[in-house]
Amino acid sequence: MTRFRHRHLLGIEPLSREDVLAILDTADGLREVLDRPIKKVPALRGKTVVNLFYEASTRTRASFEVAEKVLSADSLTIATATSSVTKGETLLDTARNLEAMNPDMIVVRHASSGAPHFLARHCKSAIVNAGDGAHEHPTQALLDALTLRQKKGRLEGLTVAIVGDLLHSRVARSNLWLLTKLGASVRLCAPPTLVPPGLGALAPVTHDIDEAVRGADAIMMLRIQSERMAGGFVPSLREYHARYGLTAARMRHAKKDALIMHPGPMNRGVEIASEVADGPWSVILDQVTNGVAVRMAVLYLLLGGAPEASL
Amino acid sequence: MAGLGGFRVRQELMDAGRLHRALVRMAHEIVEKHPDTGRTVLVGIRTRGVPLAQRLARFIEDAGGQAPAVGALDITLYRDDLTTIAPNPVIQGTEIPCSIDGRTVVLLDDVLYTGRTVRAALDELIDFGRPDRIQLAVLVDRGHRELPIRADFVGKQLTTRRDEVVQVRLQETDGEDRVLLLEKDGAPAPARRKAKGRR
Repeated sequence: MTRFRHRHLLGIEPLSREDVLAILDTADGLREVLDRPIKKVPALRGKTVVNLFYEASTRTRASFEVAEKVLSADSLTIATATSSVTKGETLLDTARNLEAMNPDMIVVRHASSGAPHFLARHCKSAIVNAGDGAHEHPTQALLDALTLRQKKGRLEGLTVAIVGDLLHSRVARSNLWLLTKLGASVRLCAPPTLVPPGLGALAPVTHDIDEAVRGADAIMMLRIQSERMAGGFVPSLREYHARYGLTAARMRHAKKDALIMHPGPMNRGVEIASEVADGPWSVILDQVTNGVAVRMAVLYLLLGGAPEASL
Repeated sequence: MAGLGGFRVRQELMDAGRLHRALVRMAHEIVEKHPDTGRTVLVGIRTRGVPLAQRLARFIEDAGGQAPAVGALDITLYRDDLTTIAPNPVIQGTEIPCSIDGRTVVLLDDVLYTGRTVRAALDELIDFGRPDRIQLAVLVDRGHRELPIRADFVGKQLTTRRDEVVQVRLQETDGEDRVLLLEKDGAPAPARRKAKGRR
């Protein structure tokens, strides 16, 4: 039996090591369903999931939708750009109105940190955080860990470099929590303007990408978030590429079997050069496939058991 | 059913020798019914159906048949009680080694009881293709069916009470080959009944 006693998935920080392993092991077991001739199992028949996306998304949204369909849950996706949110409806009103239609789960992405936690306090559905502001993106960290474990056979003892916009990145935060919980060591690399204060207390920070790359088992590149760049954090994208972009030349410092990861969407020629993104080190598309398996695991663990199973 | 939590052993139904002989006999029956065992697929239902299927495949070869393909079925995602049981069962994954279209599939499980596991297994199997036929082999048939399902090959048939548990223990999963009849701790000793062997 899997011990996963949570009602919501709001972030990686509140999870125990065992919780994380329960999700990863379940995802490992479920991945095979995607290779079947009929990619559909009846596990969540009759469950309704609402995907409520207040921010743009391709991978995460598609991945949740595929996971929901494969497990036979009924799902509907609300992209707020085409919804009544544009008419001024608040997050809570939108959620309450959706709840009146009796969904079992709401998957939410929002630009404000803490939005899923707010919904969890006010709604009776299970809430899954699909990215909240610069706070957490738990399913991304889980799929990254699944990919790492699949390629390296373990997480414990690995050295993982996270390079890029640490200030705005929820992916970096979730990964930092997850990897340290599972016994990997993390090093962070970013220009000084893109390192939030206090982060150095959680993992070593360097401003030299060659130092970050050297000896790392995996390098996670973060996207330069141009939509959050109004503050002039980097002089220019060209300069950023020159100093912090991952290029084939820089990969000479890396371990031969180092893995390159990117949560997408990539800015080719900014944080990552095409020859690296498409090179032999890249596991970027494996990450996408594993994303579906991880989201299936989260749906299964939150919706599959009896209500008494959850706290 | 790994531990004895709240149950005590009432009777040993099969020791290692009997368990072995039952499987060998089932292998002979399968070879007799399906001369072309090379095109048969043995599919074990997780957990203990899988090692049983692997053993049966070897015994089928020993009995003069061709080695059948062996697969494993995890029926968790097809259970009818998935949303009422707690906590969630662990997902171990399904492995079907070849196309089952046009072949004979022999499903294998350790204990046949309500038939609900077999119902789930049939639904799952049919999502993998259209076999010519599906048959069912079980080590122990303990009765109390809740669905119109019966086994084609049976190692041992017995009469049980619903509050008893039949526990199959295998070398591969439990470190020993034994079949036990368990009853609730503190259950009143019932009048002695003899387990009824099929042959």
